[in-house]
Amino acid sequence: MSARIWHIAHLIGIITIMAFLLAPVILVFPISFSADAYVAWPPSAWSTRWYGELFRNEEMVQAFKNSMVLALIVTSLTLLIATPAAVALTRSVFPGREALISFFTAPLLLPSIVLGLAILIIFVGYGLVGSWPGVMIGHLVITLPYALRVLITGLSTLPANVEDAAGTLGANPFVVFRRVTLPLIVPALIASAALAFIVSFDEVVISLFIAGTQLKLLPVSLYHYVESRADPLVAAISALMVLGTLAIVLVVERAVGLRRAVAK
Amino acid sequence: MNDTPARGVEEKAGPGSSLLLTLLLPIIIVNIIAFVMPVANLAAMSFREAASTGSLSDVVSLKVWASLLEDSYYWSIAWRTIWLGVLITIITLILSYPIALFASRAERGRAVLIVLCISPLLLSAVVRTYGWMVILGEQGFLPALIRQVGFTPPRLINNEVGVVIGMTEILMPYMILSLLSGFGKLDVTLEQAAETLGANRFTVLRRIVLPLSLPGILLGSLLCFVLAVSSFITPKMLAGGRVALLATEIYDQAIVTLNWPLAACLSVLILTVFGAALLFYGQLTKIIE
Repeated sequence: MSARIWHIAHLIGIITIMAFLLAPVILVFPISFSADAYVAWPPSAWSTRWYGELFRNEEMVQAFKNSMVLALIVTSLTLLIATPAAVALTRSVFPGREALISFFTAPLLLPSIVLGLAILIIFVGYGLVGSWPGVMIGHLVITLPYALRVLITGLSTLPANVEDAAGTLGANPFVVFRRVTLPLIVPALIASAALAFIVSFDEVVISLFIAGTQLKLLPVSLYHYVESRADPLVAAISALMVLGTLAIVLVVERAVGLRRAVAK
Repeated sequence: MNDTPARGVEEKAGPGSSLLLTLLLPIIIVNIIAFVMPVANLAAMSFREAASTGSLSDVVSLKVWASLLEDSYYWSIAWRTIWLGVLITIITLILSYPIALFASRAERGRAVLIVLCISPLLLSAVVRTYGWMVILGEQGFLPALIRQVGFTPPRLINNEVGVVIGMTEILMPYMILSLLSGFGKLDVTLEQAAETLGANRFTVLRRIVLPLSLPGILLGSLLCFVLAVSSFITPKMLAGGRVALLATEIYDQAIVTLNWPLAACLSVLILTVFGAALLFYGQLTKIIE
């Protein structure tokens, strides 16, 4: 086989696998413009009907608002909790430091179906199921490890000695943090915020367990909708979520590099 | 993780221990409330039993465990979960390897390719699985395509075929990431040397590239297997309740039947499978070293 034919066969293989990987993300777009009452390929006619239906669907609109508010609160809390922790873990050496970092990232190792069930059983006793504080804590436990990891990397790769220099010049530790450290870790903060937001906004298994029936969250409502109906409404929502996710991907990629941020 | 020791410690002791505790306290509290307590409680729960009234008895017993281990239904679920996990991992590896190899070598568009491979990870599993329902469903894209070429399409959804196809695609980004981190250590000059010495492409791949990328392969396989075994949303949506797996059974027992002790037992069972996979991985990495 000549090198050229080999090269072309190779490229076709790569393109085929990439098509497989991206097919579900791409195909929701044409289906979302279907005029049919149920999902069928090819659609008999095209329309924006399901986007209209989407904005008239009160449960979905409410669930979207709730998920948005929740993700914003969880993101702010994540930064407020993870940043001091990351500073403590990078700016001092103490016995058990590595063990503590492993402990803080451990919730990611647990399957979310197990974590969700475990949280549900504890939260039922405290009346936290279906409550805002309940879902906030349930989401925080999985957003914090991501943020902590990105922030620790960001903090330990700062240009050497700038903090010491400011300290030597008479600035107290809080001034050093606010005027020197904070501006330097802005990319890591942005990436942490974007990741925390998307992890919270997308979380479905833990929410399925602890959001109950009262508190509607978008991924849970989508899941229940798909269970019972087969119309293209979910395709319209999916298409919008793909676009939203794309925006966040670009933010993370610009800030610290996507690959560094999502590695398990 | 990060192994760099904190800077500036040579001169000063760093923040005092009370400041340290203040900085770490919030994250410790969250982890205790939503991780340590629930998980400890879950393990304890598996040794209790549900009374006929639905409430839990306070007696510590092995009854639920005994009934679980005696019931062939749960054994069949466990074996199906493990077998599908292995199958999905192998297919994921076969499809991801060429992509990762290509991405690690590509001179142009490398960053774009990597972002394209990884970004599906940030999309909700519900949305990605819904995409597969659109493709594999009876009125879906793929059956329509197969009909167009003149064949009768096989059943692709509500069975194990759908679960395997969907899970493979969902897990590919993790595998590609793991493989890429392994390929970082591959030295292209080694391959050039082998080719100069007369080895053909397949020999180079089999004797040089594959052995050197084995650590990445093992890590990616461990990650995919563990995620495949514990996935819930994708199997549930693509199998329509017709393929019972450990994770779907946990959900049904916890939410539908409200049998928490049984759900807790099944959770411990999943974690045991995790532990076994981890041990197996440890043994394999020792052998290749």
